[in-house]
Amino acid sequence: MRFVETRAALLFISPWILGFLIFTAWPVINSAYLSLTDYDVINDPSFVGLENYRTLFEDPKVGLALKNTFIFMVMSVPAQLVVSLGLALLLNSATKATGFFRTAFFLPKMTPPVAVGILLLMLFNGQSGLINGFLGIFGIDGPAWTTDPNWVKPGLVLMSLWTVGASVVIILAALRGVPQELYDSAVVDGAGWWRRTLRITVPMISPTLFFLFIVDSINALQSFTEAYTAFFGSGNTTYSNDAALFYAIYLFQQAFEFLHMGYASALAWLLFVVIMAITIVQILVTRRFVHYEGGNP
Amino acid sequence: MRRARLILTWTALSAFAIAFIYPFVWLLSASFKPRSEVFDHRLIPETFTFDNYIQVWQEAPLALWMVNTLFVTVLAAVAVTVTSAMVAWGFAYFRFPGRGVLFSVVLGTMMLPGAVTMIPVFLIWNSLGMVGTLTPLWAQNLFGSAFYIFLLRQFFLGLPREPFEAAKIDGANNWQIFTRVALPLCKPAVVVTLLFEFQAAWTDLMRPLIYLRDSSTFTVPRGLKALLDQFGFGGEWHWEIVMTASVITTIPMIILFFLGQKHFVKGIATTGSKG
Repeated sequence: MRFVETRAALLFISPWILGFLIFTAWPVINSAYLSLTDYDVINDPSFVGLENYRTLFEDPKVGLALKNTFIFMVMSVPAQLVVSLGLALLLNSATKATGFFRTAFFLPKMTPPVAVGILLLMLFNGQSGLINGFLGIFGIDGPAWTTDPNWVKPGLVLMSLWTVGASVVIILAALRGVPQELYDSAVVDGAGWWRRTLRITVPMISPTLFFLFIVDSINALQSFTEAYTAFFGSGNTTYSNDAALFYAIYLFQQAFEFLHMGYASALAWLLFVVIMAITIVQILVTRRFVHYEGGNP
Repeated sequence: MRRARLILTWTALSAFAIAFIYPFVWLLSASFKPRSEVFDHRLIPETFTFDNYIQVWQEAPLALWMVNTLFVTVLAAVAVTVTSAMVAWGFAYFRFPGRGVLFSVVLGTMMLPGAVTMIPVFLIWNSLGMVGTLTPLWAQNLFGSAFYIFLLRQFFLGLPREPFEAAKIDGANNWQIFTRVALPLCKPAVVVTLLFEFQAAWTDLMRPLIYLRDSSTFTVPRGLKALLDQFGFGGEWHWEIVMTASVITTIPMIILFFLGQKHFVKGIATTGSKG
């Protein structure tokens, strides 16, 4: 009987087992091996030992790509969290038409990232873009967002705020789960809106904020499409793109434009280590600010 | 005081809603403007024209790109939903030795950045002679996907066990219990999986960049990038064409959202609560 059940279960999960062996386990092993070789797809890989890993530390573009990616993460993740928390709080305190507003905030998330990259080029165009046109109303002479290396990343960060819709929905769901009694007693104690938000709301939804913080950071470290669309590709002779060279973009170029498959595999493993290290540090540092109902696990 | 705060909330919400919606309206309106007026920031085009749409259709095989994308997207979504549901059911319903370990491996694969497997997976498709075809864009979905397996398993675990026991007593075999009892009960999670994967496959750029070479095989996002490279950067500066193509690429996703709004919102809200 036990054997029959096990056999049935294995039949059901067999697609995943096969997929895991073919598309995860084997590639992981192969990638580790390739990272020790020179390989251009056409000729057989030639073993070079740790040469690729040494090159990583000497390649100025790796340092540049890491720096760009860190700066983008450090600017975009907190900004996204603050904006999505703010919007969710507003939605939660509105009594009518929340569905309409929620849709308005979520729709940009449906836009294909390629189109977001294109929108970025047009909205943030230094001369004729909508953003600088808007700033002009207040007499502000907006920067050349898409061509000035100092303003490329801030532009990408601002654009990323347009697609926080999913976070808003997630935080709103968490806000709706905060028991009303907590607020009632706080009101009796004379706590104002700010105080209630800081002392009750934020601690109560801190597991959700923590989750978003970690996931958004991991995503920021791998961000590719918007920046690649706007600043890279065959046609781009207009925009200086060093400032937008994210790690995932450099890895993609090395692998599929220069066919340096061995070196790109080493780049991938460095990314893996960096993501792991950052995630672990983030978990250790922020965990004590996270409040779990019924004590910390 | 209370009233004042409500008015304040509403004003802020409206201002943000306008800021979030405005780029869409701006883009849509620009797609109906002639080249010289694209950046005039008027909400209503001064000269209203359909020329951009006609021109995009002549410059690019958009209909073909749409068909390619639809082909990939439907296969990707259906494949990943069916197999992920099967696997999730295998983990949720049966008890077998090693279940816990295997399931932690499923979860573990989610921690692995796609960059690590990207190159060897490309080499697999390359050795099969499939680079340049649409197959690599969806066929991997035949093996399920960790995230959806997790999502669907959570849903299956929340179901009462009685209907399954009853079906068993009635003589249903395991496959019948899964397809006739479990799947219908889990319809909301199945719909969420279909919608999420449909969106993911439709909007993906990286895989089409890696695998597609010939313009006739492009998906819409890959084609849009090609149009940007040609008309946006390529010295010709025909932004009106790029913008119009962006509108055409985005509209199916907007429609998808309005068709499945309730499921999208619910699905995303549950994703967060797993934290």
